[in-house]
Amino acid sequence: MQDTLEFEPTAYHFKTSDEGTALDIRDFNLWYGQKQALFDNNLEIQKGQVTALIGPSGCGKSTLLRCLNRMNDLVDDLRIEGRITVDGFDIYAKGVDVIALRKRMGMVFQKPNPFAMSIYDNITYPLRVDGVTKKSILDETVERALQQAALWKEVKDRLNDSALGLSGGQQQRLCIARAVASDPEVLLMDEPCSALDPIATARIEELIEELKGTYSIVIVTHSMAQAARVSDNTAFMYLGRLIEYGDTDTIFTNPQKSRTNDYVTGRFG
Amino acid sequence: MTSLNEQLPPASGAAGAAGVAAREAVAPRGRRRYSADLSALGEPALWGFGGALALGIIMIALFLMVVLYNGATTFWPKPIERVELTDGTVLAGVERRGTIFRPDLARLEPEVRETVQENDGFAYRTLYQTANFDLYGDDFRWVADFEIADVTRPAEFYYFERQVWGVFVGRIAGMQVNGVAMEYDPAVFRREQAAARERFREIRRLERNDIGRINNLIERERLNQRRAILRQGEEAAAPTIAQSQERIAELQAEFQVLQARVNEIRALDRGFRVTLEEVGGRQIEPEMSQIVRYFAANDLSWAQKLGIYVSRWGEFVSAEPREANTQGGVLPAIFGTVAMTLLMVIFVAPFGVITALYLREYAKQGRITSIVRISVNNLAGVPSIVYGVFGLGFFAYTMGGTIDQLFYPENLPNPTFGKGGILWASLTLALLTVPVVIVATEEALAAVPRSMREGSLACGASKWQTIRYVVLPKALPGIMTGMILAMARGAGEVAPLMLVGVVKLAPALPIDGFYPFIHLDRSFMHLGFHIFDVGFQSRNSEAGKPMVFVTTLLLLTLIVIMNATAIIVRNRLKRKYATGQF
Repeated sequence: MQDTLEFEPTAYHFKTSDEGTALDIRDFNLWYGQKQALFDNNLEIQKGQVTALIGPSGCGKSTLLRCLNRMNDLVDDLRIEGRITVDGFDIYAKGVDVIALRKRMGMVFQKPNPFAMSIYDNITYPLRVDGVTKKSILDETVERALQQAALWKEVKDRLNDSALGLSGGQQQRLCIARAVASDPEVLLMDEPCSALDPIATARIEELIEELKGTYSIVIVTHSMAQAARVSDNTAFMYLGRLIEYGDTDTIFTNPQKSRTNDYVTGRFG
Repeated sequence: MTSLNEQLPPASGAAGAAGVAAREAVAPRGRRRYSADLSALGEPALWGFGGALALGIIMIALFLMVVLYNGATTFWPKPIERVELTDGTVLAGVERRGTIFRPDLARLEPEVRETVQENDGFAYRTLYQTANFDLYGDDFRWVADFEIADVTRPAEFYYFERQVWGVFVGRIAGMQVNGVAMEYDPAVFRREQAAARERFREIRRLERNDIGRINNLIERERLNQRRAILRQGEEAAAPTIAQSQERIAELQAEFQVLQARVNEIRALDRGFRVTLEEVGGRQIEPEMSQIVRYFAANDLSWAQKLGIYVSRWGEFVSAEPREANTQGGVLPAIFGTVAMTLLMVIFVAPFGVITALYLREYAKQGRITSIVRISVNNLAGVPSIVYGVFGLGFFAYTMGGTIDQLFYPENLPNPTFGKGGILWASLTLALLTVPVVIVATEEALAAVPRSMREGSLACGASKWQTIRYVVLPKALPGIMTGMILAMARGAGEVAPLMLVGVVKLAPALPIDGFYPFIHLDRSFMHLGFHIFDVGFQSRNSEAGKPMVFVTTLLLLTLIVIMNATAIIVRNRLKRKYATGQF
């Protein structure tokens, strides 16, 4: 299948942000062992905007997302080429403090993964591992983060209860609160609604709407409707290649590539 | 699906589309041409699996019942029977057990021989505990049914449990109170016997605590002198030695005072005696203080029997053994078992968990880790006695010997740590059980979902912070399960302990009131070894047999208690770290 995809240059027509570029991905290639998973990706994530990564399963969108905060370091036998820069510094350069990098990138996962601790401890976790112990700062952070995640009203009276007692949607919002607790620059979301019911999904989407501007958000999603609803820019990936990257309206109504058109109209994928 | 439908008989064609289960239910019996393989039917396997489980349960239940029955009934007082034999001899004793046997026909009376021959040459015989070892030279006697002329249960027979020589069965012929001989009076005897026991305990307290303390101090002074000589040379140490000698003289004076007090009590005690007469009329006159417990076995109310039963259990769990462990209690063994098991857990827990953490979280997974992992698993299969040999050779002789040379040279050639002891025993058992902990911990760590770790790392936590705050708490119940398994294995292990510190009778507990209070170098007693010892190593294995079951029952109870505690702790943790449901 791979050889049927002859090289074509990516079609670019993205909306640029006034604030500039948050993440700059340049000539990015990635191999799992012998198998190449990403091919020459070039992508500029705009500050304060929501960027959606869409594409069929196995197209490399999650892989790309997980490269942005170097979560892929956990994988053995991984090799990369190219650069990803944040504010001009290469995150894959030698001697980069990965822990410091991850503190600048909040991440929300596919399945809600609250820790087996109280709600309070879950949210203060990023601060506590950073060495913050002052109660007033922690309290303040918990309230701000929970309010940002639209969870404050529901849990403010039971902050010391186990986070595992929350419903799935609440848990995912808690994870968002945890991700924004350390006040990151970028929020990475890896299919954040795939394990949730439609109502919880709607709430998370509203939340994304509210959080954009404050944070640059990169969201991987399987749902084209979701991408259309929440994102400013959409990147369509296929078999490890970035096919088209443009403003969401254009991608969904008037894509420049036939493959994008086929995908967004549901002809394949 | 289509191919399946084609194989269906026409009658069930419609149901076939609904799936395999529906087809099974609808297809008429005997017409199922499509399932030729017997294993496609679940039932034979079900019977096999269920049967295996039932067999296992039955065997365990049987084992528990045997232990429970024999253990629970041992201490119940049994009647004394006075047996008259056909040849005119009389004996008195407690019936122990009976069995059929094949008597030597040539030596039997003609009429007896006939009856025995009618029974194919078999006869029944009963084992009586005749006791009175000091008079008879034996505790037990077999009596064949055909020898018995008459059996009675006279109320005058008493059952005496003595401090030495074991049990005495006989009647009370008289007593001596403060040197004055008098008739037996139950009330006076009860009072005086209790007073005599109190004196006995007083002597023991004086000897063990006060005299023991002085002996301990004198021994330390002596060691100090040797140490001074070893370090400074004979001449330089002279002042120290002189000082020490003075101190020893003081202590010896103190010792004399205490010894005099003990002798005084002993002299007083000799005036209080009881005259006991065995069934044949021979008498002995032991001091009342030698009588631990006595009762008229044939003249007991139900409540009195219960009282004796409870008092015997009380003695069993709270006193020291006497009579080569066949009587008395097992407190030192209980203490030794629990102390050794806890020490073992203290050693094995950090060691096993840290090893597993490295293997699972830090080591690069590859051929070498696999080899290490397989080796660890294989270690669990090494016979435990091999660990015992290793423990003796490495821990006791090599490590202990080195410690002795470095820190206790004044005591040599007597070893301090260079012999078996509770420290080495628990280290040996820790080594024995560490594979269990490693395997369980590794599995518990592997079961922590990847999403948890990623969540923590994405928050900017380091690897160690992730392990410390997220992975370990989540894996803790699984790790605890490993500890419980290790504890159960360790508490029940005997073979290696015999080489590294368990003894038949330990003179002192590993923890006492003398400096340095915790003596990890000391030998100790262990319930498992105690079972082996009373059952197979005692002077009289018949006397020890009931103790085997009682001790087994106690050991099982102890292990259950320790495990139950650990399980409760684990379940608390599990509830605390329960996974969320949605």
